[in-house]
Formats: sequence, structure tokens, C-alpha cells
Amino acid sequence: MSLLELENVTASYGHAQALHGVSLSLPENGAIGILGANGAGKTTTLRAISGMLKTTGRILFEGKDIAGLGPDRVARLGIAHVPEGRGTLPQLSVRDNLLVGAYQRKDRKQIAADIDYCLDLFPNLRERIKSNAAALSGGEQQMLAVARAVMARPRVMLLDEASLGLAPSTARRVYEAVVRLRREAQLSMVVVEQNAVLAFSVVDHATVLETGKVALAGDKAELMGMDAVRRAYLGG
Amino acid sequence: MQYFIQVVVDGVATGAIYGALALAIVLVNRATGLINFAQGAMAVMATFVAFALTRAGVPLIAAALAAFAFAFVLGALLERVVVRRFEGGDPDIAVVATIGLLVLLTGISAAFFGYEPHPFPSFFPLGTVNLFGVFLSFRSLGTIVILVVAMVALQVLFRSTKLGLAMRAVADNPRSSALSGLPVSRLLMIGWGLAAGLGALAGILVAPQLFISPGMLDFALVYALAAAILGGLDSPVGAVVAAAFIGVVENLAGAYIDVIGDDLKIAVPFAVMIVILIVRPQGLFGRKVVVRV
Ligand SMILES: Nc1ncnc2c1ncn2[C@@H]1O[C@H](COP(=O)(O)OP(=O)(O)O)[C@@H](O)[C@H]1O
Ligand SMILES: [Mg+2]
Repeated sequence: MSLLELENVTASYGHAQALHGVSLSLPENGAIGILGANGAGKTTTLRAISGMLKTTGRILFEGKDIAGLGPDRVARLGIAHVPEGRGTLPQLSVRDNLLVGAYQRKDRKQIAADIDYCLDLFPNLRERIKSNAAALSGGEQQMLAVARAVMARPRVMLLDEASLGLAPSTARRVYEAVVRLRREAQLSMVVVEQNAVLAFSVVDHATVLETGKVALAGDKAELMGMDAVRRAYLGG
Repeated sequence: MQYFIQVVVDGVATGAIYGALALAIVLVNRATGLINFAQGAMAVMATFVAFALTRAGVPLIAAALAAFAFAFVLGALLERVVVRRFEGGDPDIAVVATIGLLVLLTGISAAFFGYEPHPFPSFFPLGTVNLFGVFLSFRSLGTIVILVVAMVALQVLFRSTKLGLAMRAVADNPRSSALSGLPVSRLLMIGWGLAAGLGALAGILVAPQLFISPGMLDFALVYALAAAILGGLDSPVGAVVAAAFIGVVENLAGAYIDVIGDDLKIAVPFAVMIVILIVRPQGLFGRKVVVRV
């Protein structure tokens, strides 16, 4: 059974429809990518899952239809969304950002251990633990955004263009940590990227969106072998 | 010198009342980005609840607690039913909406209790205490102590509890907070409820002196807004310090400058405020001023 499954999902901003019937499926303990050009509907797909937009179609999580639930309800079910633009809490310290991530948890001891785990994952954050998120560099903010999601101990993490605006070396460090999470934290993932190489460092299967529709879907070898995909997302 | 200290302490006490209202305004502003012009009218309504209860023979302390609870529910309800529609929209429209609330709530208070002022019981005995030759009124000292305790309690709530952390998160970035599972809508209601409770406290503390009437806090609200802006709308500490400052300036001007006297002294803090804002538009403690009124 899939952990998360979208069936013919549409979503709109006001009257402008941005998704026209998207279907995809995330297996238990799986990781899938969503690729596509700017404006293809990648972010919108994640927002639809998180209940941030009005949708039609079915969104099944652990077999239950979660379409129509608000973002906080979806989050409490175990879906942690690292939004485009990072979405940290700028006036809160790094530690408080992490504690907010753990908001729905009651296991104090384990929370402290998880903070330590996150700081181990992103050593940069350890030195900045008392700084406001606003004072962090772009890369550190992205690390904090991922760490905040980890603190929720979710079943699924939705990661939206974590490489956006980062120097290539910083983007790689973020993705190395994501790969480690995938391995160590039993986290299933939906990874949105324009950079297919980074995405395929984590996922083995991806869906390519074009103007709000699924254009292609396949596993790493298939997609990387296609000229069209190489041209669009690998710069050659 | 002794007289000067008395005037200053009375000024701080008056300022503490403005400070409580200013803090309520800052709380609401940080949580929802709005300036609630109805903050004073909500406080008066809650104070009237205490008034009705004491008149029915309920002890003042119980009446005050009931008023606080009433204010909390009123604030939460207004946020949910009315204000929610304007959050994140055009701030000018939201301002008109809260001014509409101000008129409506004042009217409701008047419909029940009329416009004429009624006496209101005080927590503190009349008279003064002699501290090193300075005569300080129980009322001023008591008011200051209660409001300091309230502010410390708020500080503890925001800095050291999970609820406070969640409220700060929602004030900072509601969309992101929701993505961490925070019940944003409920937290905004709690924020408005707490702000209203703080207002009720101010109303109950000042009512014995001003007598209770629907317009009792009109002036205080203007001062509280001035304090909030002067202190920087996003700074609770700034708002309280500015409020104390305004109270002291007001009292000193009234006491020492003959041509000013009681009638004109209310204008002095504004003159000072305008000068400060010309020099420092973001307020004394704020990062930037977002008022567009
Ligand atoms: N907040 C918004 N309001 C209106 N339209 C939007 C908004 N966000 C995205 N869109 C539109 O929805 C479509 C899909 O955008 P998006 O999901 O952000 O694409 P991607 O993440 O793949 O770059 C685009 O046409 C975009 O213009
Ligand atoms: Mg996007």
C-alpha cells in the first residue's frame, strides 16, 4: 500500500487553476521526486497535500482521505512540509524554531535528544543555537527549516526546492544531510527540485510536471536516460 | 523634592494603566498585525461586568476575576467572529472595522448602564504611606505592584511556556507555524483573549478614580496608542516604558507648569511624542513602525 497517494488532484489560486489532475504515489519508506520547470506546479502540489489550498480529487495518507483538512491538521497527522523559501520563524531563536517543530510531541527527553541529533546533522546550527533565525545565512536557514521538520518526527517530509538560492556547495551539504535523514530517520520523502542531480541523490523515482499536469514519471535510470529530461534539468 | 517624587510616582501609576492597555495593543498587533481601536471599549465592557457584580453584592476580587474571564471570552469571540475576516487583508479596512467595534461596544455598555459615571469600589484603602518622608498613595503603589506582577506573568508565559512559544511563533509567521501543527486559529483567539483580559485589569484599576462610564477609557486608549507607537509597536517592553514616561510627563506638566494645569496636560505627552517620532520614526525601542492611520 502507498503511504501517500494523490488521485487526480486539482488545485486553484482563486479562479486560476494551477493543477489539472495530478496523480502520484509515495510508497512506504519511499522517496519520490517532483521535477519540472518554474511554474509547473511543483510547489502547488505540496501545498495541496498540506491543505493550504482548495483541492478536488483524493489525497490519501495511510489510506485515509485527508483532502479538505487544514495545514495544522495535516501536519499533526505526520506530514512535515519544508516550504519553498524556508519558512523559518525569523524572530525566534534557532532553539525555539526547533521546539516549535516538536510542538505536538510530549516526550521531553526524546525531544532534547532529537535537538542534539539535528545539531549533529547540521553543525553550523549548533553555534547559532541562540541566534534569531533572521540572522542566519540562507544555507543555515534552509538547514533550520529541514531540522524543524525533523523535530516533528513525521512519517513523510515534503521538501520544496531546498537548493533554491544557495551556493552549489551549500546545496550539496543540505542534500547530504537529507540523504542521511532518509537512511537514519525512517523518513519517507517527496522532494521537489529543479535540479535533477540533487533530487536523484535522494530519490529513486520521480514525476515530471508540466503546466500543472504529469508529463512523465519513471525511475532514476529511465529519466536520466531521456534526452528531454537531461536537457531540461541537467543543463546538457 | 518630596512633592516631585509624589508627582512622579502618581505619574508612573497612571502610566501603568496606559501601559496595560498599550501592552494589550502590542499583543494584538504582534499576533494579527492589526491595531485594535476597540481595546478600551472591550475593557470598559468587562469593567461593567465587575460593576454589575459588585452592585449585586459579589466581593470585588471575585467580580474582578469574573470580569477577566468575561474579557477573555469576549476577546476570543470577537477575533473569531469579526476580526478573522480582516486579518491579512487591507489594514485600512481592518482599522475601520475595529473603530466600528469601538462604537458598537460603547453603545452596548451605554444601553445597559447609561452614560453617566458611577462610583466603582477600589482594591486599595484611601490614604498614603510615609516612605522616607514621601507620602505615596496606596492606590498608586498598589496599581504599580499589580501591573508589574501582570507584566512579569506575561513575560513568564511568553518566555517559559509552550503556549507562549506557540503564540510567539504564530505572531512571527502563522503560515509556517501551521505547517508545524500549531492550531493557529485557536492561538490567535487566545492572544486576543489575553489582551482583552489585560485591558479589563486596567479598567478595574482605573475605574475607582475615573468613575465608570462607557467612555471611561477613551483618553487612556489614545495614550496607550501613543505609548505603543512611541515604544515601537512590536516591543512590549518599549510600550510599557513609554506608557510610564507618558504618565509621568503628563503629571509633571500638570503639577509644575501653571499655564498648563489639568485641562491642557493631556496634550503634553503628544507634543513630546511628535518630537520623538520626528527624530526616531520607528519609536524608541521598535524596529520599524507599521502604523498607517
Ligand atoms: N500564490 C499564488 N497565487 C496565484 N498564483 C500562483 C501562486 N503561486 C503559484 N501560482 C501559479 O500557479 C502555477 C504553479 O506554480 P508553482 O506551483 O509555484 O510552480 P513551481 O513550484 O513548479 O515553480 C504558476 O502558474 C504560478 O504562477
Ligand atoms: Mg516552486
